[in-house]
Amino acid sequence: MARLIVEHPGLGVSIQDRGRPGWRKLGVPLSGALDQGWRAAANVLAGAPEEAAALECLLAAPILRFEQGPARVGLAGAFSGTLVRDGETRAIESWRGLLLQTGDRLALKLFRAPGYIAFSGGLDAPLALGARATYARAGLGRAVSRGDALVCADAEGEDRAAPPLAVGAGPLRFIPGPEAFPPETLETFVAARWTVRPESDRMGLRLSGPRLAHGPEGANIVSAGVAPGVIQVPGDGQPIVLRADGQTSGGYARLGCVISADLDRLAHVSPGEDVCFAPVDLAEAARARNLRRETFAAWRQMLRPVGGLDEEKLWSENLITGAILGE
Amino acid sequence: MGDAAATLCFGAAIDPALNARAHAFCAALAAAPPPGLLEWAPAFASVTLWHDPDVLPFAALEDLCHRLIAAPAPPRTGESHELPFCAEGDFAPDLAEVAQVNGLSPGAWLDAFAHITFDVHMLGFLPGFAYLGGLPPYLDAPRLATPRKTVPARSVAVADGMCAAYPFASPGGWRLVGRTPLKMFDARALRPTLLAPGDRVRWRRIGLDEFFELEGQWRD
Repeated sequence: MARLIVEHPGLGVSIQDRGRPGWRKLGVPLSGALDQGWRAAANVLAGAPEEAAALECLLAAPILRFEQGPARVGLAGAFSGTLVRDGETRAIESWRGLLLQTGDRLALKLFRAPGYIAFSGGLDAPLALGARATYARAGLGRAVSRGDALVCADAEGEDRAAPPLAVGAGPLRFIPGPEAFPPETLETFVAARWTVRPESDRMGLRLSGPRLAHGPEGANIVSAGVAPGVIQVPGDGQPIVLRADGQTSGGYARLGCVISADLDRLAHVSPGEDVCFAPVDLAEAARARNLRRETFAAWRQMLRPVGGLDEEKLWSENLITGAILGE
Repeated sequence: MGDAAATLCFGAAIDPALNARAHAFCAALAAAPPPGLLEWAPAFASVTLWHDPDVLPFAALEDLCHRLIAAPAPPRTGESHELPFCAEGDFAPDLAEVAQVNGLSPGAWLDAFAHITFDVHMLGFLPGFAYLGGLPPYLDAPRLATPRKTVPARSVAVADGMCAAYPFASPGGWRLVGRTPLKMFDARALRPTLLAPGDRVRWRRIGLDEFFELEGQWRD
């Protein structure tokens, strides 16, 4: 087993996996990584199973010291950083799977949320209700603090690299309903650019923009189930888009729900930025899911040992990212 | 609800009959969950189903709902609980007002409250947060106009015909009438929540001594 010590925990850093399904009837949120695609990508770079737990970084990245190597670290996100080995410092890039040795110190900077750090074999952490995902409010999973020891599997071989996994662009696609809103409200919702408010968190994105009017049934419903992606409209007419830690049920009218294929994109909007929305139907949502699977499979094929012949060329020409962005 | 969840609505009211239909549907579902159905949860008058649309498409889920919607209600299986709560000290900041709007003294309100049998209609909001239905109009009070930023953990609260105990400190707009010394949610337990949908609850009033004794039994 390899072992690493958290020298600095960063900020907004938590252990996340695919989430904790099966407990929503008891009020336990799904949780899990905000961007499941990038979490899986970090695992692929690290040589871990796609579904394994990884560190999610939302504000500042941690500093890690490898007490017992070698282990491979996979970086997915806008990281840069330095690796100190035997007193020598070298710069490292993101979208790499780096083999780290005993004594190595990895100091990362995060330029934009989210970023995922994965470890060979998958980050080992205790299971809570069948998952390693952290849900801090109920003490599920565990916070990452200074001095913590993290454990993963040993690794060997060369470093690896892949181009960034495309996030997707354009309006966030959603399916309207289940509550009926006046047609003018839907028009306003789709036409507006919505600004992400600072109080947004892993529970939800709070948006500000034109006031959305409710139908005759008003803003409150008899509490009913919700899901990540659900767009709630409280009495003030300012929508909330639920994310991974969103509550399991809610009492605000639900204008729509962001489609599965676009949920990961909700991880990439930060306070102060704008988002907009476009309505689609189930057929379009199914096409989008297929395209996303194909995008990930194509990305996996791009994984290369670092130092290979055309690796730098591949990056500079940016051919792959262009092809993946095809939607 | 999006492309990976659906809500089946039986009505739009907090009503034991609608809630019983939601529970009957869930029982029928639990007897033979189809592949691709990931999980489901009953709410007051609806059931939400989360599914993998590539294995169980929405149309198939809709068919399933139509088949099970008329399922007869199974015999009731929920447990009955008698839960301690304490209304002393600073545990019940809203008790005086809740009693007053009903023309009762705090003591008379608490006595009447301890005679009510509540039904667990659903869990939601927070892990282990049980919505208890059955608060009669003569004990009721509306939600606070401005929710508290922090409701202390294990507060017992009432609002709009419902009762609940907050498992964790959180923002909240219900009226605080006491506190329970019990742990409402324990991730390490085989059954992580104290209450489950379909259970029945009666509240037993206790004093501060018993409160701290019971609380001490699970704290550290």
